[in-house]
Amino acid sequence: MTAMLDVRDLRAYYGQVQALHGLDFGLNEGSLTTLLGANGAGKTTTLRAICNMVRSTGTIEFDGAPLTGRSTENIVRLGIAHVPQGRGTFTTMTVEENLQLGAITRKDSPGVVSDIERMYDYFPVLKTRHTQQAGTLSGGEQQMLAVARALMLRPRLMLLDEPSFGLAPLIVRDLFKILGKINREDKVTILVVEQNAELALELADQAYVIETGRIVMSGSATEIAENEDIRKSYLGY
Amino acid sequence: MELFTNQILAGIATGAIYACMALAVVMIYQAIDHLNFAQGEMAMFSTFISWQLMQWGVPYWGAFVLTLAFSFAAGIAIERLLFRPLAKAPILTNVAGFIALYSIINSVAGLIWDFTIKQYPTPFGSSPFLGSQLISTHQAGMIGVTLLLLVLLYIFFQYTKIGLAMRAAASLPESARLVGINTSWMIALGWGMAAAIGSVAGMMIAPVVFLEPNMMLGVLIYGFAAAVLGGLTSPFGAVIGGFLVGIFENLAGTYIPGVGNELKLPIALALIITVLVIKPAGLFGRPIVKRV
Amino acid sequence: MSAIQEVATEAPAVEAVPKRAMTLGYGSSLIMLALLIVVPLFVKNFIIFQLTMLLIYGLAVLALNILTGGSGQFSLGQSAFYAVGAYTSAILMEHAGINYALTLPVAGVVCFAFGFLFGQPALRLSGVYLALATFALATAMPQLLKLGYFEYWTGGVQGLVVDKPNAPFGLPMSQDMWLYYFTLAVSIAIYIFSVNLLKSRSGRAFMAIRDNEIAASAMGIDVATYKTLAFGVSAGITGVAGALGAIAVQFVAPDSYTITLAIQLFLGMVVGGVGWLPGSIVGAAFIIFVPNIAESFSKGLSGAVFGVLLFLVIFLVPHGARQVAMVAEQLIGRLKRN
Repeated sequence: MTAMLDVRDLRAYYGQVQALHGLDFGLNEGSLTTLLGANGAGKTTTLRAICNMVRSTGTIEFDGAPLTGRSTENIVRLGIAHVPQGRGTFTTMTVEENLQLGAITRKDSPGVVSDIERMYDYFPVLKTRHTQQAGTLSGGEQQMLAVARALMLRPRLMLLDEPSFGLAPLIVRDLFKILGKINREDKVTILVVEQNAELALELADQAYVIETGRIVMSGSATEIAENEDIRKSYLGY
Repeated sequence: MELFTNQILAGIATGAIYACMALAVVMIYQAIDHLNFAQGEMAMFSTFISWQLMQWGVPYWGAFVLTLAFSFAAGIAIERLLFRPLAKAPILTNVAGFIALYSIINSVAGLIWDFTIKQYPTPFGSSPFLGSQLISTHQAGMIGVTLLLLVLLYIFFQYTKIGLAMRAAASLPESARLVGINTSWMIALGWGMAAAIGSVAGMMIAPVVFLEPNMMLGVLIYGFAAAVLGGLTSPFGAVIGGFLVGIFENLAGTYIPGVGNELKLPIALALIITVLVIKPAGLFGRPIVKRV
Repeated sequence: MSAIQEVATEAPAVEAVPKRAMTLGYGSSLIMLALLIVVPLFVKNFIIFQLTMLLIYGLAVLALNILTGGSGQFSLGQSAFYAVGAYTSAILMEHAGINYALTLPVAGVVCFAFGFLFGQPALRLSGVYLALATFALATAMPQLLKLGYFEYWTGGVQGLVVDKPNAPFGLPMSQDMWLYYFTLAVSIAIYIFSVNLLKSRSGRAFMAIRDNEIAASAMGIDVATYKTLAFGVSAGITGVAGALGAIAVQFVAPDSYTITLAIQLFLGMVVGGVGWLPGSIVGAAFIIFVPNIAESFSKGLSGAVFGVLLFLVIFLVPHGARQVAMVAEQLIGRLKRN
């Protein structure tokens, strides 16, 4: 199967500092992959590089088409949704406006309306709060809103940066269940960056481990989860 | 007491000018997060264009609409050509850019149309409004136009897709890009709209202050002050701010001894600053929480 | 009106210029100094006068640089302090017969106090709001100076005439040349003072406040004191510049100190490079000479030409002369290695 997302020799820079030192990896269509590693390893940088939010060199191809040189918004329009670290919710706008913004590049208004209803089905709490300002929602609710907003794009690929950050374990479990459902039923390819390795490995089928800007391990999620050495050295449990 | 009420009413009438300008100021602030010192000059130039069209025989409303379109296009052009290249430069450098633009426009207008005062027509006539000696029909018309603009802007921002996109781009540019919004073009659009609103302000103001290249400086400063007073994030606040500034100015001129025309401006500004010291985000602005 | 507060994790409005970068190396400084000492010996009096004005405006831009580039406070009101300094000097000379040199420290102290006091209400304002407040100050000043109330002292709309001093001890130089060297000495002293101020604890406090006020406060820096101190120092230096200006130009009048001057000083700071003290003289050169160049191009369009030239400068070097200096430094570094 040809990879939907193909990354080769990706190097990324923050000013003069090099954060990624030649990453090579691919995502197959329909897969749910997790990118693990410690703080500062380069996980967020990888996602940002895919969306051209950070200076980088190397090749990134989506469905065979190169992403390098395209602006962030154009990359998004190709069908890649990115839920950033910190969620990036438009706090001064209502929940419903946030969802509408997720679909702002779509031309099919009836489709958008029905999708909003679908999001309310996935995340009932959003429906209850749909006219509230997004900033008044709790952390967990904002995370769900961020995921829902990303889904409003009807993306083919969804990138999530530490969705579990700051959330209670029960909520993270619920969220991950929904992510799994979205992956299977809506056929959305997902790449999740996580520090919470245990939960992420339960959810994903593929996994990569990154350390100081390099991929040090790759394989199926079960392999990595069962490998005690890897767990202890890189994942801390 | 009657003098007081009269001064208030007169203040509201002149305040409509500042309210109109303040709307343009808020518009640009929403788009680019700072104030454009050249906005007054752009409005002045647009007003001259409309005057020129009328000199060539175009009827008032035709000239009005053509000027609106011209201003919108010019605003976008200026942003794309002059300020987009400066997007990565420090803010202070951008401010220097605004000053440069001011200088250029003022000078060119002076060269083309010279500095003699010209009469500028009003579509509303200048008879007393409803028999009142204080507000003329033109001033009433101006207030009406300003309120209409306010309503249109509200509808634009709250109920249209592109208005939503602009709000998002101004609020969190990075998140906006992540939903596919071209934030760069949103800024250009903001400039275009601000220029168009500014041109309306200019065309409403010119009948009162007479048309000449330096007509907008005082108005712009009061417009800034009004926008800041109202809260830079609120078009509604800008309009209220405009009326309040008009009232402050009139009251200061009437009641504070020794204040002739020259000191009205600093006193009005001082009053506004006092308000700001108490309420830093302005009367209707959203308080901004600063996080480290 | 919503209850939601916008959280602004904003980048500081003024670029953080590292301390090291805020001055020139010894070599370049000495060359600059040599030029400044030697050049006036070979040029006509009028040019010497212009060079004197260059130093004076350089001082005013330097003062603004300390305030904005150093402590991150935006000011469009420096013309007010310049005016107060100028008038202080003129009044002392004309009404009290005080020697011109002695008026300088008085002007400095008076303006320091004025700036320090203005800094108090300014504490609650920042960014665009502070700009508006300082702008108000600048527009008010000429009007205040014209007030009939003060006319006996200020000379009202006409202003006051000031005598130019002769060289002391019967030294064989023209008034212009003496004044130039006098100004140069004062400028050097102030420059050295400023450099040391920025290297000192106070300077570090300023820069901490500029870069992140909340963090600075959390570190125990008395933000209020340092901010008003910065205003005071900046105003004081501007006041000394104003005093020198009054002596050089030989009169003071309200309309010499309008908002236009404040804007010019601001432009001087940007062109010189915000936060880069040596750039102040480059900025001063820009605001003195470029308008003349613009006018020689085209009388009617001088404003437009000036604007175009300004745009050219900020397109090419958005960070001002400092950028040019850094590029030069890199080139010299490369040449040295080869």
